[in-house]
Amino acid sequence: MKSILKREARVTLFAGHYGSGKSTAAIAFAAALRAAFPDEPLALADLDIVNPYFRTTDSAELLRSLGVEMVASDFAGTNVDVPALPGAAYSITERRDVRAVIDVGGDDRGALALGRYVPALKEEGSYDMLAVISPYRPLTRTVADTVEVLREIEAACGLAFTAILNNPALGANSTADSVVAATPYALGVAEAMGIPVAFTMAREDLCDELKKRSSELPAEGLLLPFSHKIAHGGIVNG
Amino acid sequence: MAEKVLMKGNEAIAEAAIAAGCRHYFGYPITPQTEIAAYMAKRMPKIGGVFLQAESEVSAVNMVIGAASAGVRVMTSSSSPGISLKSEGLSYMAGCDLPALIVNVQRGGPGLGGIQPSQSDYFQATRGGGHGDYHMLVLAPNSVQEMAQLTIQGFALAEKYRMPCMLLADGTMGQMMEPVELPDSAPEMAEKPWALTGTGLSRKHNIINSLSLTPDELERWNIDRYARYAKVEADEVMYEEYLTEDADVCVVGYGIAARVARNAVNAARAKGIKAGMFRPITLWPFPKAALNKLATTCRAFISVELSMGQLIEDVELAIRCSRPVTLCNRTGGMIPSPEQVLASIEEAAAKLN
Repeated sequence: MKSILKREARVTLFAGHYGSGKSTAAIAFAAALRAAFPDEPLALADLDIVNPYFRTTDSAELLRSLGVEMVASDFAGTNVDVPALPGAAYSITERRDVRAVIDVGGDDRGALALGRYVPALKEEGSYDMLAVISPYRPLTRTVADTVEVLREIEAACGLAFTAILNNPALGANSTADSVVAATPYALGVAEAMGIPVAFTMAREDLCDELKKRSSELPAEGLLLPFSHKIAHGGIVNG
Repeated sequence: MAEKVLMKGNEAIAEAAIAAGCRHYFGYPITPQTEIAAYMAKRMPKIGGVFLQAESEVSAVNMVIGAASAGVRVMTSSSSPGISLKSEGLSYMAGCDLPALIVNVQRGGPGLGGIQPSQSDYFQATRGGGHGDYHMLVLAPNSVQEMAQLTIQGFALAEKYRMPCMLLADGTMGQMMEPVELPDSAPEMAEKPWALTGTGLSRKHNIINSLSLTPDELERWNIDRYARYAKVEADEVMYEEYLTEDADVCVVGYGIAARVARNAVNAARAKGIKAGMFRPITLWPFPKAALNKLATTCRAFISVELSMGQLIEDVELAIRCSRPVTLCNRTGGMIPSPEQVLASIEEAAAKLN
């Protein structure tokens, strides 16, 4: 797991289009980090000030069981629909002995809130920012539309993406076929952005088949499984 | 790429409206439907449409009245408190016989309430939040796919009968993501000889108005409008039945409540209870006849709702109180669990023996 992004960045940020799977990716990544570094202190910060609903805080219990410290606004998941940032978020840049994952809010509006932490992140120089992308989201179906959204995010927060997390999720309709069908798109975005595809994320029940079909996935990317427990929207299945 | 996309309910409404040929959106942001406005703000300028964030809900609904008068396909969207503000406009729209789509992604109330899902605007939607004798078509989807479908159908129905149509969803439906397939073609626009499109000096000018200067004329308008409503009640009822054929106990619910109910019905069947589900898709016109027919065989009904007992009144009316109807509900942003509904089914079934 030390090969994640081929270097050991202390802070890994997840940003991207609204609904692209940032929170799910952040949690799946935190779980993978825990497996790779069983004894290190880990923290996950939820900096989403845009969406009052689906957030990493929904998975607070799972994170607790993994021994991942949760940094989130006191108001997350309540009726207090205000764009509040957790005060403790500064601890992410201050405590340099803690490996941290940051879940950034969607689109440029969500990324704007990251700006205040950027000088410290740059000064330390040990971060990776992953662009979470999906061709199955209506406003990022093409490479060009996706790159436009990603550039807006970079402009809003003042940090450049360093790698791509390809998340071709179609909810209950996801199949190994629908995942591999997104490979040309992911490679297209990677080429246009000039950064590698670090991960392809897929539902854990698809991962066995996807491992057998690894030649159809972006070559440099690792497969990051996520569990249904952390995928949102599964509250009521009709 | 693939034909299916993964969308939030709110996004599906917006994209389906565009697919239906809607190029005029007037709104004002409110959680949990803000994604509709945000989506329209991004998409409309790219396709030559109009997105306008008005200074208030009242302005937005009056802009809808203006655009509908000009004969274009137009919509607005809001959530509960915002719909209350728009209700005056809805009454004027009904009084002017104007077609438009109004989306209500319900949240908890009354008052400012909360931002979590609710179904407590059932009375407001089906009885009219505004004043006067009028109805709106009220469509209640229970999946993201159906949100897209009914959005498109809503425009067509509104135009066919010259009346406002409300798509009634809730915070869960608006926020949840599901795969959805959008249609390629828009329904044909109904002829609108009444619209204010300019006479070209070749015809008498049209008047769109809800003010009548004489009482007998106003009465005639009301009678004419209700004749049209009778036709809607005869021809446009939509509902879904699930395992009702041999059911002793039938759960009635719409939207998100019906999804919970369906799971509970399956669980009850696994326990040997003959349970079924009846899901109204049109809340107005309510599927009275179908439900009443079901009451000839089904011996007990349960209304599952995210409100304090609103849908239950239409169930009792539809079956003319011929069977016991009990309430299974949560409010305040809470959703009944399948276990809670199952317990209600078991309780109702026990009373039958």
